[in-house]
Amino acid sequence: MIEITDLTGIATLQDSGRRGFNRFGVPTSGAMDWFAYQAANSLLDNPPNSATIELGLGEITFRALRNTVISVTGAGYEVENYIWTFPMWTTFYVRAGWTVHVKKTSGGNWAYIAIAGGFDSPVIMNSRSTYLRGGIGSALKTGDVLQSFTPDTDLLKLAARNFPVDKFMPYSQTPTIEVIPAPQADWFTPKGIRTFYESEYTLSPSFDRMGYRLQMLPSPSSAKVIEKAITQELISEGMTMGSIQIPADGQPIVMMADAPTAGGYPKIANVTRASLPLLAQCEAGVSKIRFREVTVEEAQEKYSVIARRVLFPTKQSQD
Amino acid sequence: MLKPLGDSAILIQLGDAIDPILNQRVHALDALLQTIPAVVETVPAYCTVLVHYDPLETTYNQIKNLIEEKISHLDESTHRPSRRLEIPVLYGNASGLDFDLVATTLALSPSELIRLHSEREYTVYMMGFTPGFPYMGILDERLTLPRLSTPRTRVPAGSVAIAGSQIGIYPVDSPGGWHIIGHTPLKLFDPQSETPFLFAPSDTVKFIPAQSPSPIGRGARGEGK
Repeated sequence: MIEITDLTGIATLQDSGRRGFNRFGVPTSGAMDWFAYQAANSLLDNPPNSATIELGLGEITFRALRNTVISVTGAGYEVENYIWTFPMWTTFYVRAGWTVHVKKTSGGNWAYIAIAGGFDSPVIMNSRSTYLRGGIGSALKTGDVLQSFTPDTDLLKLAARNFPVDKFMPYSQTPTIEVIPAPQADWFTPKGIRTFYESEYTLSPSFDRMGYRLQMLPSPSSAKVIEKAITQELISEGMTMGSIQIPADGQPIVMMADAPTAGGYPKIANVTRASLPLLAQCEAGVSKIRFREVTVEEAQEKYSVIARRVLFPTKQSQD
Repeated sequence: MLKPLGDSAILIQLGDAIDPILNQRVHALDALLQTIPAVVETVPAYCTVLVHYDPLETTYNQIKNLIEEKISHLDESTHRPSRRLEIPVLYGNASGLDFDLVATTLALSPSELIRLHSEREYTVYMMGFTPGFPYMGILDERLTLPRLSTPRTRVPAGSVAIAGSQIGIYPVDSPGGWHIIGHTPLKLFDPQSETPFLFAPSDTVKFIPAQSPSPIGRGARGEGK
């Protein structure tokens, strides 16, 4: 059990997402960076769907009301616990009364704060994920007291663990994001496709949990917009996190966790699951992003390796 | 016809039109797909079904084969019986901001507008935009209008609206660019409820003109199945 004593930015409870309601128009939601989220739970032996605090673009200070163990993962933060400073991707024992401060540094947007046992909150439509636009759950605020489940493992065994993040997720300010061509890839001219893969982008400052608008960085050789061969409107169809739409202005928008379930702009490509965390943590105006085409088979093989490491950690503890 | 959308979804395209027969095939196929074990969820739309699957349980080629097998049985499958819902609507300018304007633009009397809108049965082609928003059709040709040139920043929940050949109802207060011609007191989305949504894809819908505002609850749902 913790009490939030100070909070800036946007903090919500998120789990692995709300599945089964896309057909009714309810976004999946869940963590923006699924890998950091799962790793935070896996470090504490929490069940894979446990709720964590997702902290975006701000700082949080909270006080432990009972002895517990916390893990913090993600990119762009560091952790002060009582009198010590810790890097992320570690677990640490927090005694009742101690204050933990998750502090913004640079190099990312989202931090995940997990607690031994997982946070307890009302389950709405099979999930604890907050979806603010739909009125599902609410943003966390100063004064909130968050309950947690009793962990199965002894607290002392959970403390002082760390996760070898560099071996599995190469967070970077200059990431190459892997994508698979999407159903409307043939709506673009060969020149448009070339522009898409040869350009460098940064994240626009107006990004949120719904979508990441990308800005093409100026370059002497390349075009300024992604050229279309077909300009008619697409009949609305389902889409997913990572779908890259090209609206009329020719600049890509990547659908993120709270994205609409369907859309009517042509999709040129779709970010792979393995690359979504890298994109999620790109910094507005700072990161330089490139896209690279991969096959579905390559993407699924890569995802399987990293997902198994955070979803079924005990099976690999001998590695 | 089958194309990957990323590494954990596959798009099935059955055609390329907003058409009631095509959309019936979409919903019939959508029902058949629910038995494939690795399917996480499906999103039936106008002429496509998006299948979200778990890539830790299956590969793209495996699920593609299973879906192709279901498509081959599509023609002999009997269409799932849809539910029929009756939706009370209070037409008119008091609750439908554009009612008078729409009637004038289309050169219809208020009673003709109400009759043309409420005499047909509509189908819920797909849901999206906001939680619980049904896209319904097909509207009588005499009622087709383009969208508003400037969308409203706030359309109240319960607004019954038309655009092109389509009808929609806003479940929550949201921006919107359709012409509002009436209001229903029914609640379309309630996240706290056991049954959060009034509508489901493929429902049949009939609008019942109401004479005056009346506190009709969600009990006014249509017959099941």
